[in-house]
Amino acid sequence: MPHITNAMICTCTNCISNGALDIKDALESEIKRRGLADDVLIVPTGASGLCVKGPILVVQPEGIFYQQLKTKDIPNLVEEHFLKGRPVKKLMYVPPGEESPIPELRSIPFFKGQRLIALRNRGMIDPDSIDEYIARDGYKALAKVLASMTQEEVIKEISDSGLRGRGGAGFPTGRKWESRRKDPRTPRYIVCNADEGDPGAFMDRSIIEADPHSVLEGMTIGAYAVGASGGYVYLRIEYPLAVKRMQLAIEQAREYGLLGKDILGSGLDFDVQIFKGAGAFVCGETTSLVASIEGRIPEPRQRPPRTTLWGKPVVINNVETWANVPAIINWGAKWFSQIGTETSKGTKVFSLAGNINNAGLVEVPMGITLREIVHSIGGGIPKGKKFKAVQTGGPSGGFIPASLLDLRVDYEQLDKAGSMMGSGGMIVMDENTCMVEMARYFVAFTNDESCGKCTSCREGSYALLEILNRICKGEGKEGDVELLEELGEAIRDASLCGLGQSLPNPVLSSIRHFRDEYEAHIKEKRCPAGACRALITFAIDDEKCTGCTRCAKNCPQEAISGEAKEVHVIDQDKCIKCGICLDACKFDAVIVT
Amino acid sequence: MPKIRPEDLDRIGEKIKRTMLLREGACRVKIIVHMGTCGIAAGARDVMKALTQEMEKADVKDVLLTISSCAGLCSREPMVTIEVKDQPAVKYVDLNAEKAGKIFSDHVLGGRIVSEYALAAGSERTL
Repeated sequence: MPHITNAMICTCTNCISNGALDIKDALESEIKRRGLADDVLIVPTGASGLCVKGPILVVQPEGIFYQQLKTKDIPNLVEEHFLKGRPVKKLMYVPPGEESPIPELRSIPFFKGQRLIALRNRGMIDPDSIDEYIARDGYKALAKVLASMTQEEVIKEISDSGLRGRGGAGFPTGRKWESRRKDPRTPRYIVCNADEGDPGAFMDRSIIEADPHSVLEGMTIGAYAVGASGGYVYLRIEYPLAVKRMQLAIEQAREYGLLGKDILGSGLDFDVQIFKGAGAFVCGETTSLVASIEGRIPEPRQRPPRTTLWGKPVVINNVETWANVPAIINWGAKWFSQIGTETSKGTKVFSLAGNINNAGLVEVPMGITLREIVHSIGGGIPKGKKFKAVQTGGPSGGFIPASLLDLRVDYEQLDKAGSMMGSGGMIVMDENTCMVEMARYFVAFTNDESCGKCTSCREGSYALLEILNRICKGEGKEGDVELLEELGEAIRDASLCGLGQSLPNPVLSSIRHFRDEYEAHIKEKRCPAGACRALITFAIDDEKCTGCTRCAKNCPQEAISGEAKEVHVIDQDKCIKCGICLDACKFDAVIVT
Repeated sequence: MPKIRPEDLDRIGEKIKRTMLLREGACRVKIIVHMGTCGIAAGARDVMKALTQEMEKADVKDVLLTISSCAGLCSREPMVTIEVKDQPAVKYVDLNAEKAGKIFSDHVLGGRIVSEYALAAGSERTL
């Protein structure tokens, strides 16, 4: 029989020094004595975040937070709370001068499921102060590597940790480093790919804005491991604050001799500069990025076995990958590889956007379900609407429907569902989102961003877009869905780079999971989500309308008429289907069909 | 600034811990305004300005006003974290200049948490 209640006792160093272990023993014997051992499970936990108030006991599922416990409190606490179900107010965490306690941060669903490794300093340090980074174990990993590890040992540690590229493809980082280290050509280079361009993605920007030194330290450790002497942060110019903070971080690191000649007196020479990208989406692709740094037009090339910069070996990793490196060195490969799933270790940073209550930046252990991310951490869908799909992987990814919400997030599982991990953008869509329109939006994006080198991508995306435009306008024809599928597969097979190969994904995955929506558009000239303007009409329900005149006052076309306190009517000839009346009406009287 | 040696890292860390982490030293309260792009877009500069003015007006010597980046919950920005010595940090959400002023007078100066603007107390799970 499962336990009804969990008693989580914090056993961090701080709480133990305050007597947490005595409390735990007292709790165990008292619970046994009261015959509650089958109902209450005692769980020792790690630092709760409030440990200055230790020893701390959190009772779940209620989330009640007891603090500064003493062994003599325990019999009363067990009797009152666990036996009689009456939480003991005087032992609860109460801020000074307050009647009712405010919740503990880690009991709030948004923070509860998160675990910060890449974002370990977010919101805690001043990103413009290298000293504050150092105070939180900053540059200790670099010092450790330089003082006590060989290149091989560093690479082995990264390989053993199971760290995979966080830019999306998930290539094992250690293996990438090893191949560059063995390349006899010099000089070698380190690049941080911060050319984040997916709509709705802001992980890389946030990491750099919050903690630029974690990225620089990771890159410097990488430089030592592969024997590199120069590095670039390829950072798009649309991120002015990130550029500014990274620039300052580089200058501070140089001043301290953490970049430049003879780093920490170890003999390692390595320096980094920012390369500002002009904002072309294709530059995030490895060969284009390299071309851009070399001063050429950023068109992808046939991928050589190993990408080079000026004909020399280069390690290109994403911002989040680099930010993970110092933590792995400090805490060990074993620690890191215990987090996550069989094939995907550690955590992943996601940016939650779209129809979601808690839009923001989250870092979660790999293997967490999409349901937890969307409904627990994300707080569900606004206005009580139904969840329809989540889009991962940006314009290269796909849609994941409600039926797959229990999917465990890792590289392989997302791939299997027809989407991809991607860099971590997660766009949540509610029941009023049209999947055909969303597919159209992403294809319009890639069509715009296609560099134009391959016909399949340049013309193929255009052909897809034309068909999707027609379907959304109600001009779809029988056979359009099959044509989209055929075209999509051809584009995937015939394009040179990742942008082209993956651009059909939003179309193919939306057909795979939402074929009925395509058919409704084509056969019935109907948009089931009520989103495609050409296929919907707005009308007023005469039973619900109270004649409040709000809709008429707000209509920019003056298409709504009616006297006060009488039913209003929409003139279909004037209506432009902007939906303002729908938002304005407080009585749900505007109907979309 | 001279170039540092590995042993200097601990020295710098200790120095910062003394001033910023409120263990010892002159500081009693630390105010962190979360100034990532999301915070700034939502109005963190107004909050910062209001707090700077309050600091000048109150002429306090034991309060440190500093910045940090996005606290994760972008949809509730502008956010401020208040750390009072020996107490868990309190995170405030959905702020503006006026609310920031009240937090300054009630929590920073008066020691009373403004619970209607507070989200929660404590810190996140790291590592």
